[in-house]
Amino acid sequence: MTTVSESAVEAQIEELGDKTPFLKAAAKMARKQPVGVAGLAVVILMIFASVFAPWLTPYHPEYNDFANMLTAPNAEYILGTDQFGRDIFTRIIYGARTALFVGFTAATVGAVLGLVLGVASAYFGGIFDLVFQRIMDVFMAFPLIILALAVVATLGTGTENVIIAITIPFVPQCARVVRSNALAIREIPYVDAARALGFGHARIILRHMAPNVMAPFLILFTAFVGQAILLEASLSYLGMGVQEPTPAWGLMLQGGAEEYAESAPWVAIWPGVAISLAVFGFNLFGDAVRDTLDPRLRSR
Amino acid sequence: MSKYILKRVLLMIPTLIGAGILVFFLLRLVPGDVCELRFAGTGLYVDQEQIDICRKNLGIDRPIFIQFADFMFGFFTFDYGTSMWTGKPVLEEIGLRFELSLQVAIMATFVAVIIAIPLGAISAIKQDTWLDYAVRAFSIAGIAIPSFWLGIMIILGLLIVTQEMTGIPWMPPIEYKAIWDDPVHNISQLIWPAVATGYRYSAVATRMTRSALLEVLREDYIRTARAKGLVEKVVINRHALKNSMLPVVTIIGIEFAFLMGGLVVTEQVFNLNGLGKLFVESVTNQDYAMTQSLVMLVVLIFVITNLVIDLAYAWLDPRIRYS
Repeated sequence: MTTVSESAVEAQIEELGDKTPFLKAAAKMARKQPVGVAGLAVVILMIFASVFAPWLTPYHPEYNDFANMLTAPNAEYILGTDQFGRDIFTRIIYGARTALFVGFTAATVGAVLGLVLGVASAYFGGIFDLVFQRIMDVFMAFPLIILALAVVATLGTGTENVIIAITIPFVPQCARVVRSNALAIREIPYVDAARALGFGHARIILRHMAPNVMAPFLILFTAFVGQAILLEASLSYLGMGVQEPTPAWGLMLQGGAEEYAESAPWVAIWPGVAISLAVFGFNLFGDAVRDTLDPRLRSR
Repeated sequence: MSKYILKRVLLMIPTLIGAGILVFFLLRLVPGDVCELRFAGTGLYVDQEQIDICRKNLGIDRPIFIQFADFMFGFFTFDYGTSMWTGKPVLEEIGLRFELSLQVAIMATFVAVIIAIPLGAISAIKQDTWLDYAVRAFSIAGIAIPSFWLGIMIILGLLIVTQEMTGIPWMPPIEYKAIWDDPVHNISQLIWPAVATGYRYSAVATRMTRSALLEVLREDYIRTARAKGLVEKVVINRHALKNSMLPVVTIIGIEFAFLMGGLVVTEQVFNLNGLGKLFVESVTNQDYAMTQSLVMLVVLIFVITNLVIDLAYAWLDPRIRYS
């Protein structure tokens, strides 16, 4: 008896799988968005590089070869060495770890907080919504980098604080977009039905409304990862971000890169290529996600 | 209309007060203060008394809410005080850099517009051709390439090209001269940061132009224009482009506002003494008076730009009326 029903359930699940919007969307995306797939390939390459960094690199990221400082690319150091005799290739591969860690953490926390706050703001409405929107206005009036710098100044530098500094500007951006989507959802009768059934506010917000604003949420999330990688690089470049000896792309461009740009251009070129490629990949992928999930923007 | 403007100006006040609260308390959360920092820099032994005197002179020994009230009152009565680090009036310090940042922002916006509108239009007209794909790749690259790295590459490129051509490597001048004093010197210094940031900002505007134009091109009146035999050039320039400029103006305006304060990284690369650099310096020195005023200035520019954009809407699209 049980075996029969189990297999029946499995069949049903499989059938559902075909109908699940997410899987369907993913399959459709692969077919219709070859460029997005290229972006995804870059993303996967980055994840692969950061997971297997120790096996892909010939040196330790903090190993100094003082006999070979600012060496041009050769067989031993394929992308050359920096002013401290560290292998640039190794530091770029390990830098992917830092970039992805900061990018994903900041984007996840920022987008999730924005999602919950945005839906809550639309759900409660009234004075809560009004006050919340004014607070978001204040945050949105700051250029991203200024707000992030102010937060770093308060908390201090270092990877964790950089993540917080990048997360904070993301929250209002996400909350704003999610709220405008959630306002429409709030008017749909199933929300009233949930309320009539006596569900708590938290349950309605998280279980009933939040899943229905997943499209804008995912679009913003992929965009945030790219932005976060760029912002981390900018902060690190200014010396207000990730600190030595952690390998980070922005940090690799700080100090030495400009000073030695003429005599040792490889110090300045490769980390920038890595940042650009990573953000390019996430943006291409993000665009494909947007085109797939947002029917209004499709085929534009 | 004037009633609408008045309402909008009044609505700026809560945003400005909010920004004031945010920056004021954020700065005071930083451990230490400008007095400790100043004496720590001398490397000599300093007794507590001297630090206390310094704090008293700067007024940062007073209760925090009095300091805040003082700051807000000063802001709305145009009294910005003196820099806690250099002792010079805040307005004088800002004024020195404002000109440079404003010029770079204007030039960068100009670069962005002359890249974005033609490219966006071409991309939309030639939708789904290789030209369209090339433009889109170019604009996505603009968002992906960090402007500070592009700046380093521009400097490197200039060095290599001038070395090849003249034998003497040339770098943009470091010292700032106003455009009316020495236009050649000024432009040859500021064009590079303007290109580095302008390319980046053109990316979003290009995409916006493309998608807005695509939408407009599907409107009935475009079909009508074509049906009555108008030349395609007239259809695009007179009918389609003008009507698709609304979202593009918004994007360019908002970016301009953010550029005023957001040039931090570019100024670092090109060694420009602008508002961004002043901001980083004043944050590092825990110069409350300077940082607060700078942030308020940036936020003020942002809210005013937003108002100007909304008013520009009514001019671009006569169907929009504010009341």
